[in-house]
Amino acid sequence: MRLPKERDTEMNRMRNAALAGAMAMAWALPAQAEQLIYGFQAELLEYRQGDGEDSFVWDFDALIGTDELKLVWRSEGERVQGTEGFEALENQLRLQFPVSTFFDAVVGIQASTPDGMPDRYNAVLGLKGLAPQWFEIDADLYLSDHSFFRFEGEYEAMLTNRLILTPNLELTVPLQDDLAYDQAAGGATIEAGLRLSYDLIDRAVSPYVGVNYERSYGGTADLIRAAGDKNGVLSVVFGTRLMF
Amino acid sequence: MPTIEPWRAAIAAGASIILSATTAAHSETYDISVDKIRIDAGDFRKSGIGYNNSQTPTILRFKEGEDVTLNVTNNLGEDTSIHWHGLILPFDQDGVPKISFDGIKPGETFTYNFPIKQAGTYWFHSHSGFQEPDGAYGAIVIEPRGGERIRANRDYVVQLTDTHPQRGKRIMRNLKMSADYYNRSQRTLQDLIKDSGNIGLKAALEDRKMWGRMRMMPTDVEDVQGFTPMINGESTEQNWTGLFKPGEKVRLRLINSSAMAYFDLRIPGLKMTVVQADGNDVKPVTVDELRISVAETYDVIVQPKENRVYSIVAESMGRTALVRGTLAPREGMAGPVPPLREKPRLTMADMGGMMGGMGMKGHVMQNAVMPLDDMSGMDHSAMTGTDQPMAGMDHSQMAGAAPAPQAKAKPMDHSTMAGSDNSMAGMDHSAMENTKGQDDPFYAPGSGLTPNASNGGKFLSYDDLTARKPLYKDRPATREIELRLTGNMERYIWSINGKKLSEAEPIVLKYGERVRFKFVNETMMSHPMHLHGMWSILDTGKGKYDPIKHTVSVAPGTTVYTETEVDVTGQWAFHCHLSYHADAGMFRKVVIEGGPA
Repeated sequence: MRLPKERDTEMNRMRNAALAGAMAMAWALPAQAEQLIYGFQAELLEYRQGDGEDSFVWDFDALIGTDELKLVWRSEGERVQGTEGFEALENQLRLQFPVSTFFDAVVGIQASTPDGMPDRYNAVLGLKGLAPQWFEIDADLYLSDHSFFRFEGEYEAMLTNRLILTPNLELTVPLQDDLAYDQAAGGATIEAGLRLSYDLIDRAVSPYVGVNYERSYGGTADLIRAAGDKNGVLSVVFGTRLMF
Repeated sequence: MPTIEPWRAAIAAGASIILSATTAAHSETYDISVDKIRIDAGDFRKSGIGYNNSQTPTILRFKEGEDVTLNVTNNLGEDTSIHWHGLILPFDQDGVPKISFDGIKPGETFTYNFPIKQAGTYWFHSHSGFQEPDGAYGAIVIEPRGGERIRANRDYVVQLTDTHPQRGKRIMRNLKMSADYYNRSQRTLQDLIKDSGNIGLKAALEDRKMWGRMRMMPTDVEDVQGFTPMINGESTEQNWTGLFKPGEKVRLRLINSSAMAYFDLRIPGLKMTVVQADGNDVKPVTVDELRISVAETYDVIVQPKENRVYSIVAESMGRTALVRGTLAPREGMAGPVPPLREKPRLTMADMGGMMGGMGMKGHVMQNAVMPLDDMSGMDHSAMTGTDQPMAGMDHSQMAGAAPAPQAKAKPMDHSTMAGSDNSMAGMDHSAMENTKGQDDPFYAPGSGLTPNASNGGKFLSYDDLTARKPLYKDRPATREIELRLTGNMERYIWSINGKKLSEAEPIVLKYGERVRFKFVNETMMSHPMHLHGMWSILDTGKGKYDPIKHTVSVAPGTTVYTETEVDVTGQWAFHCHLSYHADAGMFRKVVIEGGPA
C-alpha cells in the first residue's frame, strides 16, 4: 500500500512544479482552468556509430500548457565520443498555439551553444502540425544575423501495431553565411533517417535501430571540405524513443 | 477455472448489500464510504477507488415512495461526490461539484436526503475528476410501489465496467499528448496486404489515401483500449456467476458503468426479453443481443430451460476486449469464452455528419471538414469492394446541406446528389443489398458500427423501444435547441457546437417548457449524451409511446432528437458520458429559469 502513496506524492510534486511553470505564462491560461497538459517526448535518444567517429545524440520536447497554449522546451545535441564538450547543443523555448485544425504556430527563442564555437541566438517563427497522409511537420525560421530555415518531416509506418518504421528528413538552409559554423547561404544540409522501433512499454519506451545519413550541398559542402571534414556521413544508430 | 468462493456465491445469490439500514416509517438511512482500494482485475492489479472498501459494486436497494438519507464519508485525500444517475431529485442533491454543490472534502461526511419518486434500475458514481473510471461506481435498484410487476424468480445486477491498468488522470494526459496513444487497432502493413488481396492494391491504397487526406482513422472506434472488462467487479477469470434452476425466469439488470466502452451483450443459447430501458418499463421486446452504451441500463428477462451452464458475453464495440460471466444451475461452473469478433471499421457514412458541419466557420480547434472537391474526387470504386460498402451513404449530405433527420433508413435519393455524379455512375449498386448491417435508423446507412447479432438473429435497436406507460402527455415542443457534437480528434478536444465547457455559456431552459434537442453528431465517434435531472424522451416516431431515457447514444453521422419536459428547477449537468470526452469539454451547464421557488 505504500508504493502507490509515494507515487501519488511524487505526482503531486510534479504537478506543483508544472503549476509553477504554468504561472510563468499566466496570461495565457483560460479563466476556467482545465487539467494542465504536460509531458516529455524524446524523438531521438541514440548512439551513433559512424565512420570512425561515434557520438551520442538527443532531440526531445518537454511541454506544459493547455489546448490553447503550450510552452515547449526543445533540446537537441550531439556529443562525440572521446572528445570534451558538445559538438552541437541547441535549446529552444517555444510557445505553441493552434492556428488551424491540425497546425500550431510557434514563436520562441533558440540558443545554440556548442563548445569551441561562438554562441548564436535566434528568434524562432514556425509551424508545427500534422499534414495530410499523416506526415508530422516542423517548419521553422530562425532569425538573427545568421538566419536559417529548417524543415523536419516524419512518417510512422505501422508494420504491426507495435513495430513501427519511421523515415524522417531534416533540411536546413542557411539564409546568411555563418563561417564559424561552416554554413554558406543557400548551401543546404540534409539529414535523412530510417528507424525501426518497437513499443516495449505502452508508447512510453520504444527502443529502435536504424540508419542516419547527413550530407551538405553548395557552399556549405565547400566549407566542410575546406575544413578537412567528411561530407556525407552514414551512421548506424541504436536508441530509444521516450514519451511520458 | 477457479472454483467460486463462498462470498462470491453469496453475492451471486442476489443477496442485497444493505448498509446499516434503520427502518422508520417511510425513511431509510444508508452509509457509504468512499475508499482507496486495490483493484484486482485478474491480469493486473491497480490502486483505485471503491465504495465501502470493495471492488464489488455496492447495490443500493430503495423503495419507490420512501425518503432516503445517504451519509457519504470521504476517506480519500481529495474531494469526492456522488451523482445518482437517472434519479429525479432536487438539484442540490444531484452531486455534481460546482453545479449542484461544493463537493465532499476529504474526511467529511455529506448527507444526501431526497424522496424516491420512481422505480427501476439505475446507478451511482463519483462526478469528481476521474474517480468513476478509477472504480467509484455502484448500482441502484428501486422496487416499485406495491412490489415488482415484472415477475422473475431471480434478480441479479450485471454491472459492466472497463477497468484500465492506468489511472484516469494519466490516461487523459496521454490522450492529450497523443490522441491515438491507446489505439492498438490501427491499420498496419499486414492490413494493407490483406486489403490488396481483397480489393486490389490500387483500391486499397486509394482508400488509405482518402483517410490520410482527412487525417482520420477508420479504426478509431475505441479511444481507450487496453482495459479489462468486468461484471460486478469480476473479470472473465474471476467469473461472476448467477445461479438458476432450469425453467426459472431470471431478471438481469444490465448497467454499463464504463468510462469509455460500449458493450454488445449476449447469452448464447438464450433469448433476452428487454423489459426496461434506463429504469423505465418498455413493451417487452425479445432479442438475441443488445448494445449497451456507456451509462445506460437495460433490464432483461431470460429463461434458461436446460440444466447447463450459459455464458453472459459482453464484448466491447471496438472488439478489443470481452468479459464472460456465467449463469449456472450450481456453483463451480464457468461458461465458455468465445473469441472476439472482427474489429469494425468506420466508413464514409460515419463521416456524414462532419460534412453537415461544413457550412459553419468552426474555430481552429475543430476538425475542419474535407473540402467538397476532395469529396467529389473520391474514387468510389475503391470503396465498393470493402467490408462496409459506402452504398448506403446519405449523399444528400455531400451537398453540404444540414444532415437529414434519420427517420427510417431511406433508399438513397440520387436526385439530391451534387458534384459526384460521374464517380457515382460506376458504383456497384448491387452492393447496397449486401450491406452487412441490419437496418437500424439510429446508425448512418452503411455505417461500420451498425451492430449484428452474433447468431444472425435479432439485435436490439432504439427503434424497438416503446414506453409501456408514458410519463407525460404528448404535446408539441415549445422550441428546438440544436446541439452539434463536435471535436478535434487529433488534439483530443471534444465540444458542443464547437465550444468546450470552458468557452461556452450555459444552456438556459424555462420551467414548464417542453424543449426538443437536436443532436447532430459531426464527429466519428459515438457519444452517450446524458441530461441530469430531467427525462430525455427519445424520438422514435411513436408519439407518446416514445421511450423515456436518461442517456441517449448518438452514433457518428446521425441526427437524433429527444424531448424534455422541463419540470424541475435549479441547474444541472448535460454531457457526453464518455469520461474523457466530458472532461475534454463535451459538457454543458443547464440553468432553469422560473418555476416554484
